[in-house]
Amino acid sequence: MNFARRFLAIQGESRHKLRFLERVNKRTRNLLMIKVAGLTKTYAGVSAIQGLDFTVTKGEIVGFLGPNGAGKSTTMRILSCFMPATSGTASVAGFDVATQSREVRSRVGYMPENVALYPEMRVQEYLEYRAALKGVRGRRNRQRVNAVKELCSLRDVETKLIGALSKGYRQRVGIADALVNDPDLLILDEPTIGLDPNQIRQVRQLIRDLGKRHTILLSTHILSEVEMICSRVLIINRGRIAASDTAENLVGRVRTAGGVTAEIRAEADELQGALVALTGVRRADVVPMDDGWMECTLRTDAEHDPREEVARLAAARGWPLRALGREQVSLERVFAAITQAEEM
Amino acid sequence: MNFFTLLRREIRAYFLSPVAWVVLFFFLLMTGFNFYAGVAALNRGPSEVTVVEAFFNTIFFWFGFILVIPLITMRLFSEEYKMGTIESLMTAPVRDSHVVFAKYGGALFFFIVLWLPSLLYFMVFSRVTKLAAAGASGPFLGAYSMLLLIGMFYLSIGCLASALTRNQIIAAIMSFSMITLLFFMGLLTFFILNITATLREMTSYFSALEHMGEASRGIFDSRPLVFYLSLTAIFLFLTFHVFQSRRWRN
Ligand SMILES: Nc1ncnc2c1ncn2[C@@H]1O[C@H](COP(=O)(O)OP(=O)(O)OP(=O)(O)O)[C@@H](O)[C@H]1O
Ligand SMILES: [Mg+2]
Repeated sequence: MNFARRFLAIQGESRHKLRFLERVNKRTRNLLMIKVAGLTKTYAGVSAIQGLDFTVTKGEIVGFLGPNGAGKSTTMRILSCFMPATSGTASVAGFDVATQSREVRSRVGYMPENVALYPEMRVQEYLEYRAALKGVRGRRNRQRVNAVKELCSLRDVETKLIGALSKGYRQRVGIADALVNDPDLLILDEPTIGLDPNQIRQVRQLIRDLGKRHTILLSTHILSEVEMICSRVLIINRGRIAASDTAENLVGRVRTAGGVTAEIRAEADELQGALVALTGVRRADVVPMDDGWMECTLRTDAEHDPREEVARLAAARGWPLRALGREQVSLERVFAAITQAEEM
Repeated sequence: MNFFTLLRREIRAYFLSPVAWVVLFFFLLMTGFNFYAGVAALNRGPSEVTVVEAFFNTIFFWFGFILVIPLITMRLFSEEYKMGTIESLMTAPVRDSHVVFAKYGGALFFFIVLWLPSLLYFMVFSRVTKLAAAGASGPFLGAYSMLLLIGMFYLSIGCLASALTRNQIIAAIMSFSMITLLFFMGLLTFFILNITATLREMTSYFSALEHMGEASRGIFDSRPLVFYLSLTAIFLFLTFHVFQSRRWRN
């Protein structure tokens, strides 16, 4: 900006233009909720994340995926200012996590992986305390605490000691805590772990609702959850970003290079030879089934769909064909493809 | 202000924890016995010490005093590190210095509460015997101010020890050793036979025993005041730095 100002001064441009530039600058900055550049963290010689780069724009619900030990929690801990990065920068809502940590912390609702609470406090008391700590005081404190108790179904346990709560309820208190100051950005590290199926559904719905007004970064190992609620998926593997796209696009990417399955009754070798000869088929696996039918799996090029040819082939040779379909690709497959390919 | 929110939680944490009540109970037993022993000694015959002096200068008094400090401070930081609550605490928009001061303040508050009942002993004593407990308010005030000063210093040592480790037992052992060492350094005069005058001067400068002895006779000296306040500040400063740098080591 300084440069722009000097440049404009030299050019003799009007103040008006300068202000316009500043406004544009502010707007683009405001659109970005998280900006991470070259983020690296090394724990006592062990590298957890290496040169992470990504951005999250306002209003996104981003699912942060990766195998165990990939560095999800590490990244989230840096973003929530719990610990500093070894190198690289990260900013939240335009504030740097290292140098403007309190500005960042007052805008982030963070739910750690292991929700640790004070066992001697009561739920109500704890939430009031946390709200006050985050600068929510007076009447608003009461309002917010009531609101999050409602959202996280904590009404029945509000007078209970936290030490006496079950794991799922403690998890809910953790979510309520993250929400209590109505933060711009929610960072949730495996929020649904330990919840019962009804609660999981409720929390997902909650996250989806919250996503209308907040930006959310959540990590999880439940891939169907990501497909249901996230507008974008960020896959991290061994400390590096391996993929960043919408769930559909990721699935699509694998599907195009994906496969076709068919069940045909024929002699195995002959069938195999005929299938491989089809255009676009790179590999054909023929496995006998219990009832004498053959299960065929075809790997194809991205641009070919050999289903029609398979049907015609079967008809021409007089082979009975009882099933023909495209492989259903789930995010699970994508995840496996992305995170395991790199290991080999 | 965040500081008061934090302080309130620290104080409540003491009174909600069973350990604190056990400490309080045994501490009362100890000081009660100490008081009784003091009065019994005075009962045996004429003596030149007052009951205040007798109370604040016995082995029971010092034993209880030194033992209770690590018990009060060991949980301050270590418990939060161990339980993991430090993560939610430090990701809230709080200042590091507020956290340190609130924890220290909570410990100091509990320390003061521990000694409040002993005031009652003296009140009852003067009611029953119709004697002013100390003969004058000087020794009384002196003894309690010195108690507070030494307590503030020792608590700051405990605070530092707790900030250093996630293990409460280690924190307690560290602060206990440090405090005992300091205390016994002040007793050097009793151990070294042919002590020189300068060495005696020096030891008396940091001898808690002597400070308390003088204060409970009603003698005011500004040197211990400066000594304890500055050391407390130094140890709190160290605590603050240790606490901050722990994040970098994580
Ligand atoms: N406090 C620590 N000290 C040393 N190494 C650590 C520490 N915390 C994490 N690590 C290491 O950093 C790497 C990344 O860990 P991280 O907790 O970020 O993984 P994650 O993606 O959250 O995994 P999970 O899915 O199991 O939660 C791992 O190799 C882990 O062993
Ligand atoms: Mg994790």
